[in-house]
Amino acid sequence: MPEQFIWGIEVFLNGLMAGVLYALVALGFVLIYKASGIFNYAQGVMALFAALTLVGIMEGQVPFSHLINATFGTEIHHFGWHVPAFAAILLTMVVMIALAWVVNTLIFKHLVNQEPIILFMATIGLAYFLEGFGDMMWGSDIKTLNVGLPQGINPVIDEVTYNIFDYGFFIDNLDIVATVIAAALVFTLIVFAQYTKQGRAMRAVADDHQAALSVGISLNFIWVMVWSLAGFVALVAGIMWGTKSGVQFSLSLIALKALPVLMLGGFTSIPGAIVGGLLIGVGEKLFEFAIGAPYLGGATEIWFAYVLALIFLVFRPQGLFGEKIIERV
Amino acid sequence: MFYREAGDFKTSYVDDSQTFPIKFDRYRYYVVLLIAFAIVPFVINDYWVNAVFLPFLIYSIAAIGLNILVGYCGQVSLGTGGFMAVGAYAVYKLMTGFPEVSIFFHVIAAGGITAIVCVLFGLPSLRIKGFYLAVATLAAQFFLVWLFNRVPWFYNYSASGQISAPEREIFGVAVTGAETLPWAAYLFCLVFCAASAILARNLTRGMAGRKWMAIRDMDIAAEIIGVDPLRAKLSAFAISGFFVGLSGALFFAVYLGAVEVGEAFGINKSFLVLFMVIIGGLGSIFGSFAGAAFLVLLPVLLKNVLVGTLGWPTDLAAHLEFMIVGGLIVVFLIAEPHGLAQLWRVAKEKLRLWPFPH
Repeated sequence: MPEQFIWGIEVFLNGLMAGVLYALVALGFVLIYKASGIFNYAQGVMALFAALTLVGIMEGQVPFSHLINATFGTEIHHFGWHVPAFAAILLTMVVMIALAWVVNTLIFKHLVNQEPIILFMATIGLAYFLEGFGDMMWGSDIKTLNVGLPQGINPVIDEVTYNIFDYGFFIDNLDIVATVIAAALVFTLIVFAQYTKQGRAMRAVADDHQAALSVGISLNFIWVMVWSLAGFVALVAGIMWGTKSGVQFSLSLIALKALPVLMLGGFTSIPGAIVGGLLIGVGEKLFEFAIGAPYLGGATEIWFAYVLALIFLVFRPQGLFGEKIIERV
Repeated sequence: MFYREAGDFKTSYVDDSQTFPIKFDRYRYYVVLLIAFAIVPFVINDYWVNAVFLPFLIYSIAAIGLNILVGYCGQVSLGTGGFMAVGAYAVYKLMTGFPEVSIFFHVIAAGGITAIVCVLFGLPSLRIKGFYLAVATLAAQFFLVWLFNRVPWFYNYSASGQISAPEREIFGVAVTGAETLPWAAYLFCLVFCAASAILARNLTRGMAGRKWMAIRDMDIAAEIIGVDPLRAKLSAFAISGFFVGLSGALFFAVYLGAVEVGEAFGINKSFLVLFMVIIGGLGSIFGSFAGAAFLVLLPVLLKNVLVGTLGWPTDLAAHLEFMIVGGLIVVFLIAEPHGLAQLWRVAKEKLRLWPFPH
């Protein structure tokens, strides 16, 4: 078998794994968009904020220590304890729920019935605020996150593929774990949306705010719940990406990676987010491998997803699985 | 008392349709122009030009350009940074390729080139709308920055991958390069800024502007009453691109002098200009100036207060700046979605009734 082809398969598999991570972020977008019509640009920053908080709690960092030190001339940095990963994740989740409540009460309650584009810009503002807030609270240095997820090359796949192709595939354990977790998460979310009382209420709100209100569904509760769910997805995404490449500012840019995924899959579809994520993950890795690196000078991953989504949208404006756009005067 | 139409008789159509129909407004405008052209150049120094005036003027042009697209035509663009980069690289290639032509024409040509690129990336707007389009314009942002980074022809095969502006003169006075005097750079930008504002203001008052606004308010309805969406949208992209290209060219050639594309024209630049438009006021030329002034002055002020007076470390001040800018965006969207320009309008209405409000 030609070498190029085998490498291609390896790239394909890695693209698939990367795609799962994109899908994970995109999922957070879809959740909020479906329930409240808000396109939440701050999702990536929420992932960063969640990861920062998680590391901060695990390491026993003093929040705002930098600010306190600068104002009072003190020298405090750590409480001196270490919180086990599981407890820290629970605590972070509490913080994310509190954040969801604050965001809903202070911002989006006042913006009900505004145009989608105004809401979108408000989330950009939120993203900026949260970015500054997170850095101020926990410091802006690069942190390592380790909650005990396995990392490094998977020896089994390496060995099996070596026996078949004479060439061992490099597949990261973390990616495999991420794939499993993402799949579990999607399954849980679909079950939640389809079969629980709150899930049904959520879908009702997504369909029609006023009708939902008139049958006695509390919009506020649903919105806080949805933002908390998005916070939870952000936390999971933050843990995955944080473990992979360290907790740092660039983590918030995964939101930008998820946007074309959404455009491709359609903003309103959970399966769309998954399929879109996989398509883009595989597409950009294969493009970089086959055309980008040899002919175009590399680093095409930055824009490939966007251009793909752009070309795609020209032919199908609502995305792969999106609801058909009907406009009336 | 002094701010009203009463007693100001219009005797011709020209009088009737002038930009500032109220006498007080008109004189205020002349005074502002007079101060900007005749007094400021004599009193400014290096710090003021580089920290306040140049960024203000240049961002104002960019904000006017983006405001035409977002505020008047309703097509949200997140590719401003990329289009500014087009302007910068176009003016660089022109300056190095045709050194005998005046830089004045180079800057205008750079605007024209950016307009063409902008129209190309505006083509999808005919099919997709709202934030689908906003995300699509991000393609322009990332692709253009990547292109200027990776294709050596654009930066004349320089080893560092940077571009730096060669020295150019107008009427024997250097306006780019290390020898530039503060007032020369200021005046050069001011000319472009004032011309852009007048041009944009009159475009938006005329047929083109009304077509854009019709498209913004509802494109299907606009199409039914006879506005061609293709021409209206693409003309908005072209004109917006022209102004953004101008500002990109000036930003590189006059303000920074040397540019690394990812740093100077990254996605943050797109957001910054968009914020200026939102805070200043969507659909208002005055708002573009107000927004640019606000977001240029805010960091300078914060830096002086926090770092200078309180003695905070600069990184803390930077974080606080992020928080304040983000918070302000949200506050503005909730309290006053039409931005500073609306406050100005309200103030003028009050002034019209003053001192007898009943």
